[in-house]
Amino acid sequence: MAILIIAEHDNASLKSATGNAVSAAQKIGGDISILVAGHQCQEAAQTASKIDGVKNILVADATHYGHGLGENLASLIVSLASGYSHIIAPATTSGKNVMPRVAALLDVAQISDVIAVESVDTFVRPIYAGNALATVQSKDAIKVLTVRTSAFPNAPSGNGGAAIEAIAAGADAGLSEFVGQELTKSERPELGAARIVISGGRGMQNGENFKMLEALADKLGAALGASRAAVDSGFVPNDYQVGQTGKVVAPDLYIAVGISGAIQHLAGMKDSKVIVAINKDAEAPIFQISDYGLVADLFQAIPEFTAQLDKA
Amino acid sequence: MKALVAVKRVIDYNVKARVKADGSGIDLANVKMSMNPFDEIAVEEAIRLKEKGVVTEIIAVSLGVPQCQETLRTAMAMGADRGILVESEVELQPLAVAKLLKAVADKEAPQLIILGKQAIDDDSNQTGQMLAALLGWSQATFASKVEVNGNIAKVTREVDGGLETIAIKLPAIVTTDLRLNEPRYATLPNIMKAKKKQLDVIKPADLGVDVTPRLTTLKVVEPPKRKGGVMVKDVAELVSKLKNEAKVI
Repeated sequence: MAILIIAEHDNASLKSATGNAVSAAQKIGGDISILVAGHQCQEAAQTASKIDGVKNILVADATHYGHGLGENLASLIVSLASGYSHIIAPATTSGKNVMPRVAALLDVAQISDVIAVESVDTFVRPIYAGNALATVQSKDAIKVLTVRTSAFPNAPSGNGGAAIEAIAAGADAGLSEFVGQELTKSERPELGAARIVISGGRGMQNGENFKMLEALADKLGAALGASRAAVDSGFVPNDYQVGQTGKVVAPDLYIAVGISGAIQHLAGMKDSKVIVAINKDAEAPIFQISDYGLVADLFQAIPEFTAQLDKA
Repeated sequence: MKALVAVKRVIDYNVKARVKADGSGIDLANVKMSMNPFDEIAVEEAIRLKEKGVVTEIIAVSLGVPQCQETLRTAMAMGADRGILVESEVELQPLAVAKLLKAVADKEAPQLIILGKQAIDDDSNQTGQMLAALLGWSQATFASKVEVNGNIAKVTREVDGGLETIAIKLPAIVTTDLRLNEPRYATLPNIMKAKKKQLDVIKPADLGVDVTPRLTTLKVVEPPKRKGGVMVKDVAELVSKLKNEAKVI
């Protein structure tokens, strides 16, 4: 068994999602290689080489890999594929973008959003917004997987000494070009990796009111999220969205504020260890899955929550 | 230019899926079915491009059971010009769907194919990217804004950290994210008109595509149920519980 993991990085730094994918690969077992394709991505490659239990880091450095364009990245991965039994990427927006392209070029199926490894060819994945878990088996020669980062721990790092090998870059397909990006700037932890997440829903009424949640998040060292309803209403950007069509998180503590608990939101957070729901509607479905429920007006409860933390 | 949109018939997004007692799948008997919400956004985007004069003809394609004709009629009632059903009783997995759509695209020669980023039944998020690979076209997934200028489309994409804008050469694949647009409702006169629009039914064999499933579903189970916990009376009790009982803050 030889497994190729596609690193999640922004050239300067390696994202923790890569470590989650390494854990998933370790469940399958075999030699693990990590591909770091980027531009001036030495820093990311260095960090990857420290992850425990990784054999080697393949580095493809070229300007046309700088922004992870799907067409170029997929061709590169396909050119390496014959040496591997499994190709794995975290189910992030970049992994989701490139991996099906890889699978189709290899004429194999892809298994999306794997949450458990049953054997080398059998995996568990959620379907229907997590309302069902399907166990699927692939007989394809190469298994192409994306793995849900919240379902696998970040692999330990520090004792690894993977060899870093430069590999030749492929040609630029010239099909697409990076124009620009607007990344949400925040001092708070990343939504996917935070220990505590506070999300607001339609009950927040407007974007301005999210400042209340920000104050509480800063006190708790939490990341901020939102329901689809809050995103659709334009309160916050889409990258805050937790749910079937947004991010899936499983923090130690999830605080749902003014969120009723639609199926598609629950799909993104119901594996959190402790769930708190604050909602003025005692009948809100969110209370059926919360560990601690508080029926209250959030506009009073949230400032009070923040103030109580100040006191302690 | 022609635009192709792919529309999937799925369980209605308001219906909670129930696992069959024998663990073989989801019970879809007598369940309300609708067009996949992301595909509605795809149809809407194609219509808007037609209204801007960029697109001249919109062809909606659906793949699956005969009832997918209803989904195609919905797309045509919204504004698609004609429909193609690739009819199959065999379960169509994303790779097979991509191969069938490629065969349709080879015949119709569209410059743009718009698909939903994922279907809310299998949640795969694969077909658009696979189709782009098979056609050798550029791809812009998870689009929140599409501007077509000559043979270039500038697409803003929803990515994990925020937004990214790329320029792609046509012909191209675009997959839709939530904020791209708000789909229109079909009006009654348009629903009536849609009944008269052309709808062709073909079989995978007509397209020379082998649709044999690659993945075998061994079982489908319900996820472990989360038990509801306790209600607290006020914020003070909540903070105390989180500190002393759950020990998470």
